[in-house]
Amino acid sequence: MLSTIFAVLFYLATAVFVVGLVYRIQLYARTPAPLKIPTTPAPVTTSGVVVRMFKEVVFFESLFKANKWTWLFGWVFHVALLLVILRHLRYFTEPVWFWVTLVQPFGKYAGFAMLAGLSALWGRRFLVERVRYISGPSDHLMLMLLIGIAASGLIMKFMAHTDIVSLKAFALGLIYFDWQTLPADPVLLIHLGLVLVLIFIFPVSKLLHAPGVFFSPGRNQVDNPREKRHVAPWADALDTNQPKAKGK
Amino acid sequence: MADYETIPINTLFEIPALNPGAMKNSSPFVAAPLHQEALGFPGELVDDWQARAIEKLGELLKKSRALQVYMDSCVKCGACTDKCHYFLGTGDPKNMPVARQDLLRKIYRRYFTFAGKYFPKLVGAEDLTKEVLDDWYSYFHQCSQCRRCSVYCPYGIDTAEISMAAREIMDHIGKGQKYCNEILGKVHQIGNNLGLPEKALIHTLADLEEDIEEETGVKVRIPVNKKGADILLVTPSADFFAEPHVDGLIGYAKVFHQAGVSWTLSSYASEAANFAMFIGSYEQMKLVAERIRKAAEELGVKRIIFGECGHAWRVAYSFLNTLAGPFDFLDSDYPVPQHICEFTWDLIQKGELNLDKSKNDHMTLTFHDSCNVARGSRMGDSPGGQFKIPRAIIKACCNNFVDMAADTIGETTFCCGGGGGLLTDDLMEIRTKGASPRMQALKDVVDEHGVTHMAAICAICKSQFAKVMPSYGFDMDSVVSVHQLISNAIILDGQVQ
Repeated sequence: MLSTIFAVLFYLATAVFVVGLVYRIQLYARTPAPLKIPTTPAPVTTSGVVVRMFKEVVFFESLFKANKWTWLFGWVFHVALLLVILRHLRYFTEPVWFWVTLVQPFGKYAGFAMLAGLSALWGRRFLVERVRYISGPSDHLMLMLLIGIAASGLIMKFMAHTDIVSLKAFALGLIYFDWQTLPADPVLLIHLGLVLVLIFIFPVSKLLHAPGVFFSPGRNQVDNPREKRHVAPWADALDTNQPKAKGK
Repeated sequence: MADYETIPINTLFEIPALNPGAMKNSSPFVAAPLHQEALGFPGELVDDWQARAIEKLGELLKKSRALQVYMDSCVKCGACTDKCHYFLGTGDPKNMPVARQDLLRKIYRRYFTFAGKYFPKLVGAEDLTKEVLDDWYSYFHQCSQCRRCSVYCPYGIDTAEISMAAREIMDHIGKGQKYCNEILGKVHQIGNNLGLPEKALIHTLADLEEDIEEETGVKVRIPVNKKGADILLVTPSADFFAEPHVDGLIGYAKVFHQAGVSWTLSSYASEAANFAMFIGSYEQMKLVAERIRKAAEELGVKRIIFGECGHAWRVAYSFLNTLAGPFDFLDSDYPVPQHICEFTWDLIQKGELNLDKSKNDHMTLTFHDSCNVARGSRMGDSPGGQFKIPRAIIKACCNNFVDMAADTIGETTFCCGGGGGLLTDDLMEIRTKGASPRMQALKDVVDEHGVTHMAAICAICKSQFAKVMPSYGFDMDSVVSVHQLISNAIILDGQVQ
C-alpha cells in the first residue's frame, strides 16, 4: 500500500515537474523581447554573452558584487546541492556510472555544507531587518523544506541507516516499471515525502529562478543595437508608415 | 526652505533603518484629462479600473519577456535591498527594489499564477485594491529607472522594466503622471519638451551665435533646419536655454565649427529626450523617435548625432534603430546614431582640436556617470566606452580630474535622483533625498581632493543637481557640462585670445 502510494506520487510529481517546467520554459522562450535592454557594459558578441551567462550561473557573479555573505551562503548551498544530487544518481543507475562513484565521497559530506548554507540563509531572514521585511511565508517554508530534506538525508547517511538495497530496488523499479517494495523506515518516508513536495511545487514557485536566469534579457542579450536591428513581431506590426524591416 | 528633513550627509552609506511608510504620501500630480487624452489614454480613472488594469498587465506579460521572467524569478535574496538611492535616502522599505517590484508582483501572483490564485497568503498575493493602486502611484514614481539594482540582481531583474510596466498600466486606466504626459503632448504638438516653437528657437540660437562671436571673435553658426547639411544634431531642448546645459551646446557648436563639418538642428525634432520611455509606452516612444527619422529624411542629412542627455542616449543608442529604423538612407560609415562625445573624442584623437587645458585650471573636476548612459548604452566600439570616452575628453581639456569612489561610478553609479520622469517640483522631497548618495560621494572627493566641479552628460542630471546641490551645501553652478569644458579650452582658428 505504502509503496503504491509513493510510486504513484513519484510518477505524478515527475509529470507535474516536466509538464510545468516545459510550459514555463516555452512561455519564456516564445514571449518576445521588444527592445534591447542588456545591463551594460554588456558583451558585444554572442560568445561574450555565453561567458557572461556562465559566470552568472556558475559563480553567481552579480550576487558576488551585491553582498559577499549572501553570495557565500547561497553559492555553498547550490554547489553542495549539486554534489548531493549527483551522488544520488547511484540509487538510479545499475551499474553505477564511473564518475558518480568519484563524486560519492564529496557528495556524502556536501550534505553538511548544504545544511550549513541553508541555515545561514534562513538566519538572514530573521537577523537582517531588510531581508526580514521582504520575506513571506513561502520564503521561510521553502528553506524549511530544503533543510528538512538535507537533515533527514544526513540522519540516514550518518546515524540511522535505512535499507539502501531495498530502496535502490524501489527506485530502479520506478524507472523500469517493475515495482518493488519501499522500506517503511519513517526517516526515509519523511525524506522522500519532502522531496516529492519539492518536485511538485517546482514549476509554481520561486524555484522558477532556475530556468528564469537563462531567459533574463538584462543578462542574455548582445549589446549590438546600432549594428543589428532588433524588432519584435508585435512591434513590427506597428510599422505602418515605412517599409517593413528586412529579416530581423 | 523645504518642510522635510534630508538625512544628514555624513551618515550616508550606513544603510538606514527601515522607516515604513516614510514616503507613502510622496506622489506626483495626476495628469489632467487634456494631457491624458492627447496621448490616447482615458482622461480620468475609469470605473472598471481593476479589470482594465489586470487585463493590461496580462497583455504586457505577453508582449515582454523581461516582465514575464522578472515577475517569476525573484527569490527574495535581498541583494538589491540596499542598492537604491531612494531607499538609502529615505529608509522607506517600499523603496527597496524588491519591495517596489513586489507591489506589482503580488498582483501578478494573485491573478496570473497557480500559487497566488489558490494560496494567496502563502506567496504574498493580494487583490488589486485602491490602497494598492495608491501605493503604485506613489512608489512607482519614486523609481528613476536607473537600473542600479539590476546590476546586483543574480537574475538581472530590472526594476526599471517593472516600474515602466506599472506606469503603462496606470496610464491605461486613467491615472497618468502630469509631468511626463504633459511633456509628451508638447513634443507631439511642437517638437520639444519645452514647447519652444520654431521662431523662438531660431531667435534663441541667433543670440547664442552673437554671444560666441563676442567671446571669441569667430562666427560660429548654430544652424536650424538647414537642408543638405551632413549632420543632424538632436539634443535635449534644455540645451537651448538652461544652465549649465547651454554652455554644452556652445561647446558642440565650437567643435562642429572647428571640425569644419556642415550640421544642423531641426525644429521638428528639437528634442533628444523621449519621456515615453519613462511611462513604458512603446507606441509613444516610437512616435517621438519617428520625428527624428522624419527630420533626418527631410533635411537630407547623412549622420545623426545626439547631444548630452542620459535617457535620450539610451533611447537613441539602444532603441532608435528598433523604433524608427532601418536607417539605410544614412552614411553607413558612421554608427547610427552617434554620441557627441564619440564625435569629439574622435577629433581629439586625430589631433584636430586645439585645446588649452589651462583654461580650466580654476576647476578640479569629477565626473558623474549618468545612469542611462552607464547601464543602458555604450559609446565607442567596446563595452565600457561610455565610462572611458567622457573621462578621456575631460582629461584632454582639464588638468585636474579626480574620480569619485569606485562603487559610486561606472556601472554602479548612483542616479542623480531626478531621472525617470521625476524631475518635477511636485517631487522635490524624493528628488532631494534620492540625491544624497551621490552628494555624499561628491563631498568625499571635495574634502579629500579639493574637487570644485562635477561634470555630467545628461540634461536631467544637470537640472537636478543645479536644483538640489544647494540643499547639500554646494553651489548650484558646481555642476557643468562636459562640452562646456571643451568650450572653455578650445582655441578656434582665428580666435582672439
